[in-house]
Amino acid sequence: MSEITKQSLTELVESIKNKKLSSSEITKAFIERSEKSKALNAFITEDFTSALDKAKKFDQKPNLDLKLPGIPMAVKDLFCTKNVKTTAGSKILNNFVPTYESTVTENIWSEGAILLGKLNCDEFAMGSSNETSFFGNVQNPIDKNLVPGGSSGGSASAVAGQLTPITIGTDTGGSIRQPASFTGIVGLKPTYGSCSRYGIVAFASSLDQAGPMAQNVKDCALLQEVISSFDAKDSTSIDFKRNHYSKDLTNNIKGKKIGIPKEYRVDGMPKEIEDLWQKGIEYVRDCGAEIINISLPHTSYALPTYYIVAPAEASSNLARYDGVKYGYRANGENLIDMYEKTRSEGFGAEVQRRIMIGTYVLSSGYYDAYYLKAQKVRRLIKNDFDEAYKKVDAILTPSTPSSAFKIGEKTNDPVSMYLNDIFTVPVNLAGLPGISIPAGHDAKGYPLGLQIIGKAFDEQNILNIAFAMEEKINFKNKINDWWIK
Amino acid sequence: MSIDLKTIKHISKLSRISVDEQRAKKLVGDLNSIFDFIEKLNELKTENIKPLTSIAETTLKLRSDEVQSKNIREQIIKNSPQDNEDYFVVPKVIE
Repeated sequence: MSEITKQSLTELVESIKNKKLSSSEITKAFIERSEKSKALNAFITEDFTSALDKAKKFDQKPNLDLKLPGIPMAVKDLFCTKNVKTTAGSKILNNFVPTYESTVTENIWSEGAILLGKLNCDEFAMGSSNETSFFGNVQNPIDKNLVPGGSSGGSASAVAGQLTPITIGTDTGGSIRQPASFTGIVGLKPTYGSCSRYGIVAFASSLDQAGPMAQNVKDCALLQEVISSFDAKDSTSIDFKRNHYSKDLTNNIKGKKIGIPKEYRVDGMPKEIEDLWQKGIEYVRDCGAEIINISLPHTSYALPTYYIVAPAEASSNLARYDGVKYGYRANGENLIDMYEKTRSEGFGAEVQRRIMIGTYVLSSGYYDAYYLKAQKVRRLIKNDFDEAYKKVDAILTPSTPSSAFKIGEKTNDPVSMYLNDIFTVPVNLAGLPGISIPAGHDAKGYPLGLQIIGKAFDEQNILNIAFAMEEKINFKNKINDWWIK
Repeated sequence: MSIDLKTIKHISKLSRISVDEQRAKKLVGDLNSIFDFIEKLNELKTENIKPLTSIAETTLKLRSDEVQSKNIREQIIKNSPQDNEDYFVVPKVIE
């Protein structure tokens, strides 16, 4: 049975198409492994009984023309799933059962996949370690008491720990790429407007994007092909010609120009990250790509900009949680008192902190100094990338400034936690696609990732570069199933 | 710039999040360290820069205003924190 969960998505799809395995066999294997993996705390809600029913139904009348035929899959608990509890990792949505399905998950089910359950994440996707979840820490399968990264920490842990063949996360400032890097898997943040935001619990609407988290680049390309679609229900969804990302995948990147931004060589970056980056440069050169040194001069302003824009949008998006129509409600002496107590008891500390930052930067007298200023700097950051892309096809950087850290190591210092996203945040601010691939290990044996950033709508190109590099790197995740008794 | 306890209480009021004294004091420290970090933006001159309000700089598309989900009242009311068949119930707002 355990052999089944070791297979990649592409292999499982093949096995179903060749009738070597049934959907029921595969679904059962992942459920059995998940049952033994409670110590990872990757799931918030399990939907196993219903998954087995759906698998049985699929096997009775299999449609093998679908892209994900009978494939079981768990998803981040930020996607609304019809009739299945959706919490966003928060107490305030602890009992919320959506009456509708997110477009991204709808796309997945309509290609034949089956919901296994909902995966843990930082509360409202605000965090870089999965420690802000109301439902507790998630363990990194790499080592005990190690964070899986965040906010899509449960998603990363579930893929690396083989509890799901593949998954989807969301990325507002690095929430797909950073946990992918911390757990030794592949994570793609698509171009803003590529995947519909309809039915995703909103954090910062001008930055949020859904994307695949997978064991390898080919699986990632296949899921991206399924989830990326134009959707009239998302007013910022963009109608552009989407590739058949998996079919069009090639490792031929000869002549591609890859930019190396000098500003990403930040102070205090560990030598092993610098070495990894150098190795990455050699790999793409070996593949026939050309290396070009570039400058993204406003890089160091990206995090401060993000910590104005994202909380501002969050404070507005989260105003809806008032204890009236759904979710948690505290008792209050009057309506205002009820609102204030509901939000005080229903939101965790990090979410409250961000709502307050956002409220402050949008408040009368401070709007111009903070919010407007940040929007202007955001333009400068985007202009940096526009300039760079006149000279190069893609940009190669480390994914994170360090490998995964211990649970509790950074919880008392919000700013040091925020610094985790230093290489990923500029990509969200500029609305670009970025992919993190596992590229090596540090001295402790923890995985390290490299990020490839593309031009807007150029997912195919960064997937191809990632695919070519993956072959050269030949990364093997060091997982010993420590959590299985 | 520095954020004091009075400002925290004001923001808490605007955010509709009640905070007790102890939590408010902790927030003073947290928010000051975050704003120290944010102040870095003041190094940049931005007078002539156009603010970037949306990365997808396209005009919003219109679609016809049609009901797409029907007969889901019961399901929606079921998510309400206080049971009632027909309405959302809140604490009394008029005397």
